Amino acid sequence: MRLWKFFALALATGSLALAQTTITIATVNNPDMIVMQKLTPEFEKANPGIKVNWVVLPENELRQKLTTDIATNAGSFDILTIGTYEAPIWGKNGWLVELKDLPATYDLEDIIKPVRAGLSYQGRLYALPFYAESSMLYYRKDLFAARGLTMPAQPTWNQVINWARTLHNPRGGVYGICLRGLPGWGENMAFISTLVNTYGGRWFDENWRPQLTSPEWKRAIGVYVDLVTRYGPPGVTGNGYTENLTLMAEGKCAMWVDATVAAGYLANPKTSKVADKIGFAKAPVAVTPNGSHWLWSWALAIPRSSKKVEAAKTFILWATSKDYIALVGRTQGWVSAPPGTRYSTYNNPEYQRAAPFAKVVLDSINTADPTKPTAKPVPYTGVQFVGIPEFQAIGTQVGQFIAGIVARRTSLDAGLAQAQAAVEKIMKEAGYLR
Amino acid sequence: MTQTQALVRSKTYRLRPNTAALLAPAILLLVVFTQIPFVLTLYYSFRRFNLLNPERQGFVGLENFHSHLTDPIFWTAVQNTLVLVGSVLVITVLMGLALAVLFYQDFPGRGLARTLAISPFFVMPVVSALIWKNMLMHPVYGLFAWLAQRLGQEPIDWLAAYPMQSIVLMVSWQWTPFAMLLILTGLQSLSKEQLEAAKIDGANAWQEFRYIIVPHLAQTLSVVVMLETIFLLTIFAEIYASTSGGPGLATTTLPYLIYLKAFGEYRIGVAAAGAVFAVILANIVAIFVLRLIGRNLQGGRT
Repeated sequence: MRLWKFFALALATGSLALAQTTITIATVNNPDMIVMQKLTPEFEKANPGIKVNWVVLPENELRQKLTTDIATNAGSFDILTIGTYEAPIWGKNGWLVELKDLPATYDLEDIIKPVRAGLSYQGRLYALPFYAESSMLYYRKDLFAARGLTMPAQPTWNQVINWARTLHNPRGGVYGICLRGLPGWGENMAFISTLVNTYGGRWFDENWRPQLTSPEWKRAIGVYVDLVTRYGPPGVTGNGYTENLTLMAEGKCAMWVDATVAAGYLANPKTSKVADKIGFAKAPVAVTPNGSHWLWSWALAIPRSSKKVEAAKTFILWATSKDYIALVGRTQGWVSAPPGTRYSTYNNPEYQRAAPFAKVVLDSINTADPTKPTAKPVPYTGVQFVGIPEFQAIGTQVGQFIAGIVARRTSLDAGLAQAQAAVEKIMKEAGYLR
Repeated sequence: MTQTQALVRSKTYRLRPNTAALLAPAILLLVVFTQIPFVLTLYYSFRRFNLLNPERQGFVGLENFHSHLTDPIFWTAVQNTLVLVGSVLVITVLMGLALAVLFYQDFPGRGLARTLAISPFFVMPVVSALIWKNMLMHPVYGLFAWLAQRLGQEPIDWLAAYPMQSIVLMVSWQWTPFAMLLILTGLQSLSKEQLEAAKIDGANAWQEFRYIIVPHLAQTLSVVVMLETIFLLTIFAEIYASTSGGPGLATTTLPYLIYLKAFGEYRIGVAAAGAVFAVILANIVAIFVLRLIGRNLQGGRT
């Protein structure tokens, strides 16, 4: 009998605790999100009715988990961390809660325009940006100065090839250039798409016919394979964003073209051995500036299956607000403030002082146009991806074929022909091609 | 001896009518847990079901199967699966046999040595793959690269230059102890008198091995081959954690291809069709391998 009383008491206190709403957030294990998780007690203090539960996963696993969860309407999460690729597609499928009637204090007009557009479908906003990025060129000012080289405001790929040749010194522990080689649509193909774009190529023509065997693709992939096999570190096909970030921060690369979000990490003496030696320049161009640098944002969205939409919205508004950015600036240092989301961040003198890369980043994000990603017309939006559900399959397969070319398992022509055949097959089965 | 055996046999095999009813719940449970997933797989293999595209769904007949059969990637995957299973089988059985004969001998510290030799089998596949990838084979930080540099050689990027060989090496390292363990057990049932008799007749060590030990192990070996074939056909974690099926398609096996279709492309229908093919392949391989083994070993005995 006593035991029963004990259970009844336990149940009663349990239901008291339930008066509090618990929301579950799924997010990616990037440094900026880890900071968000660390600062959550501040949010819970300000909103005593809401408790936050975290699920933190690496990017690929997160994507699989969220996609299967939302497509099967399982409803395990109240807030999803998704990107500019998913937001419009999922919004179109009716899987996300539209974010409208936001409070005036949130200042939606302060959100950087291309980022906001990238998270909308037909003018309806489906996610709020936590941070946003473009791509740019990182280089070692000390190595450039030692060789009497100067970096122009807008470098070209021909210049980059020459510099890589000059600065490549594997015996001295410095490789000419580090680039992504790990297969995956969000890994090597993100970078390679921008390279193909700037060499004048495109994924599809106006009738959705794949263009992978076009002269532009061959030229771009030829340049890429030459760069990584001659002047890159060994094991390129295993290097993604994280691996390259480590190599660059350890001082093993003379140049690196990748996400602007790495700037905060590389310029921070706590995390980078070369913090005072890093230079920043725009992503190199070849024949056209269109699509030479990407646009991406990690953003927070609410699935339709959530039963705690109001609490979830409260958290999203907090985590993407000006106040949150200021909180990170105060507690973690302004160099670590979430970049790329708000004009006000870039107008802030404190941020400008702490972040020498601020101007290049803002310029890059402002000029990345997902609606005009290539020189020739295309039927899709997206700079480093194609905004259709089938692109994950396409990007991942083509990424493998290109890794196969880098590892010298196939020739350039044979590899691209196989990739072309694979993409044609997917597009036929998906009903784009007859 | 034969009398008791006959007694046991007659007792076990003569089922009374009501035992069927007693067995039913267990059999039902077995059917529910093994056959329902398979029936569902069959069902989905005839449907177009792309998680990301809820608008285009429905029955498509044999389209998913046709999609695989006309895909060069599928045939590469089948070939890779057979190469992986075949190579690992040969290596593990030969190594396992050699090690088992070695550890069958008496020597000081044999217990400890046996335990150490078996331990790779207890390492989780993902952990073993990550250790091989990052601590041994990595061209910058790996032990092999360090050794190569010490010897004045260029370090090799193993997983890019020799991807399938690397996977075969990892899996063989893991599965040799399994073969060794089973073979060692088989050896222990070999009577010492037989070996002594052979020695008295003037047989040398090789003849002893070839004409007494191997024929004695016939049954054990076929069990090893059968069990390993079943497990090796589903090898996935090593590939997932080290090469992700690449570079190119060099290490894309059938299980990895099914994973890609289901969780890389979210095409559940196509993935289900791939799973059906995997079941068919497993059956073909099992029948083929067992026939081959059975015939050879019986031939050796006579």
